[in-house]
Amino acid sequence: MLKIDGITRTFGQVTALDGVSLEIGQGEFFALLGPSGCGKTTLLRIIAGFETPDSGTVTLDGDDLLALPPNRRPISLMFQSYALFPHMTVARNVAYGLEREKLPREEIRRRVGEVLETVGLSAHGDRRPAQLSGGQRQRVALARSIVKRPRLLLLDEPLSALDKKVRADMQLELKRLQNEVGITFVVVTHDQEEAMSLADRIAVFDSGSVRQVDEPVALYERPRSPFVAGFVGANNTFEGKVSAAGLDAGDLGELAGTPLDGLEEGAGALLCVRPEKIALREVPEEAAGPDAEPAAAPEELQEGAEGPAEGLEGAVLDVSFYGGVSHLSVDVPGHAKPVLVAVQGASAVRPGAKVRLTWDPRDAVVIPVPS
Amino acid sequence: MSPARTRPATALRVRRRLGAFVFLTPGLAYLVVLLLVPLALVLSYVFFQRGRFGGVVYEYTTENFSRLLDPLYLRVLGESLQIAALTTVIALALGYPTAYLIARLPRKWKTVALVAIVLPFWTNFIIRMYAWIILLNGPGLINSALKSLGLGPFELLYNQGAIVTGLVYSYLPLMVLPLYAAIEKLDPQLREASANLGASGFTTFRKVTLPLTVPGVLTGSLFVFVPSFGNFVIPEMLGGGKSVMVGNLIRTEFLKARDWPFGSALALALVAVLVVLLLAQAWAARRA
Repeated sequence: MLKIDGITRTFGQVTALDGVSLEIGQGEFFALLGPSGCGKTTLLRIIAGFETPDSGTVTLDGDDLLALPPNRRPISLMFQSYALFPHMTVARNVAYGLEREKLPREEIRRRVGEVLETVGLSAHGDRRPAQLSGGQRQRVALARSIVKRPRLLLLDEPLSALDKKVRADMQLELKRLQNEVGITFVVVTHDQEEAMSLADRIAVFDSGSVRQVDEPVALYERPRSPFVAGFVGANNTFEGKVSAAGLDAGDLGELAGTPLDGLEEGAGALLCVRPEKIALREVPEEAAGPDAEPAAAPEELQEGAEGPAEGLEGAVLDVSFYGGVSHLSVDVPGHAKPVLVAVQGASAVRPGAKVRLTWDPRDAVVIPVPS
Repeated sequence: MSPARTRPATALRVRRRLGAFVFLTPGLAYLVVLLLVPLALVLSYVFFQRGRFGGVVYEYTTENFSRLLDPLYLRVLGESLQIAALTTVIALALGYPTAYLIARLPRKWKTVALVAIVLPFWTNFIIRMYAWIILLNGPGLINSALKSLGLGPFELLYNQGAIVTGLVYSYLPLMVLPLYAAIEKLDPQLREASANLGASGFTTFRKVTLPLTVPGVLTGSLFVFVPSFGNFVIPEMLGGGKSVMVGNLIRTEFLKARDWPFGSALALALVAVLVVLLLAQAWAARRA
């Protein structure tokens, strides 16, 4: 539906977009994910018509978008700041786009009423934006964007201005709405959780280029580059060379893992394993002692501890409790960064405890390091 | 709740009040001495009779007020209003596009443009007015230029047009600066949102930019209208004394006719008109 081909845009010395190509399907919820300054907002502004690319094409159902001025494009953009007109009521804000189409007054009134109903703001039509909460303003912005029934809706960091609780509600609402109206959504975000929970597919951006386009689960479990591995979710990475079992991490020994297709043994690589995929088992102080007291670790943590010298050994540095999960950081001698481990619920392990970390080779992915 | 706890709090509050007082005093003193005292004097002169060589004779009269209603003076007041209004409208028509363009310049050029706007203030006002006389008068620069094109000569100086030209020239910066501030403050994303919703550039201006800069329009208009309305230097120099504005009249009453009480009445009438306008402006600004 939306086809972006070879878009390049430079600002002076800075290359904001470097030959970006993407294809987004009809009815898809697509996310552009990346750190700030990676070019994703520039791409959004090019699609909306507020920036012009130096080269490349953008077509919507085969029509050249770049030839149209912003006010002629069948595209709605929901701004990060919402950009509601402060001198108009909610209803007037929503009606603005329809009035520009010179629709009959009766139809405008009906459609504004309908869309306000959809976003749950029927009672607030006469308020000014300044009299609304952040979440309500976001709904007005959304209503104003969808009331024109655009073929494509662009959302620039739609939830970033909201606090955590409202955010979760609005995420669900956005998804529901997208199902309901069937418009193609393209959302720009720097928040990987937001991207993963909302989108059907995600394009990960880094310094002006697309690093990987994939479905959320694939992106999370099979990152194809160190950047994606590090940016999407928390990850533990180990450097080394591809080996038969996974990764030869030098001083740390052999680490279990699954190399990406086409990775040759001996090539420089990175092993990535998610914190929640690591099993943690407490090692008694006199580990060699034959009748040492069994550690007071929960049973599930002892799973996957068959091999004698498998995995990594280290000392717990810190335990943080988040309610549903606890995060433990473990100092592994010979590895610069502490290894992050996530366990269900509260952890009985205390800082200072000696632990052994293991994981299923299928849960660790070995990816190439660009030379 | 105990007195021991409230006393330091009270002391602190008193100290804060005292601090505010210290900071406010110079400004307050300035206003009292230079604004309120003269105003009080003017207000008191109105009710007395004129002295033979200026000053007042302390005999109560309301004659000064009834004289204000003389068509002769009402006409002067009306003409002053008309000139000031025309000046304001022209300054707005010239100032808005200027301010709009400056607000959209790259930051470096914004500063240059703003300095250029206030640059005329660095030259003496009277000199600038003489420059206008040289430009506008019979054999002046404009007429010579027109003559070489086979046009003219036109009567450009010593008429209402020359007064308005001089007033617009003098007070245009006071229009541009508040407008610039208002337009600059406007979130550029509002314009983009308007375009995204299908509005043309002109519709965006009419529906978004202009309504949101009304406070700037009102402030700028007031800044131009007020000094134009009471002006007496420009009408005298460029108007040649043919058109008399309230300011000229007041000056004449005080300095030439030596009728201080009636001069005071005229001055009060001028203040009254301006207060009404200020209130109207405040009301309109609150609604905007």
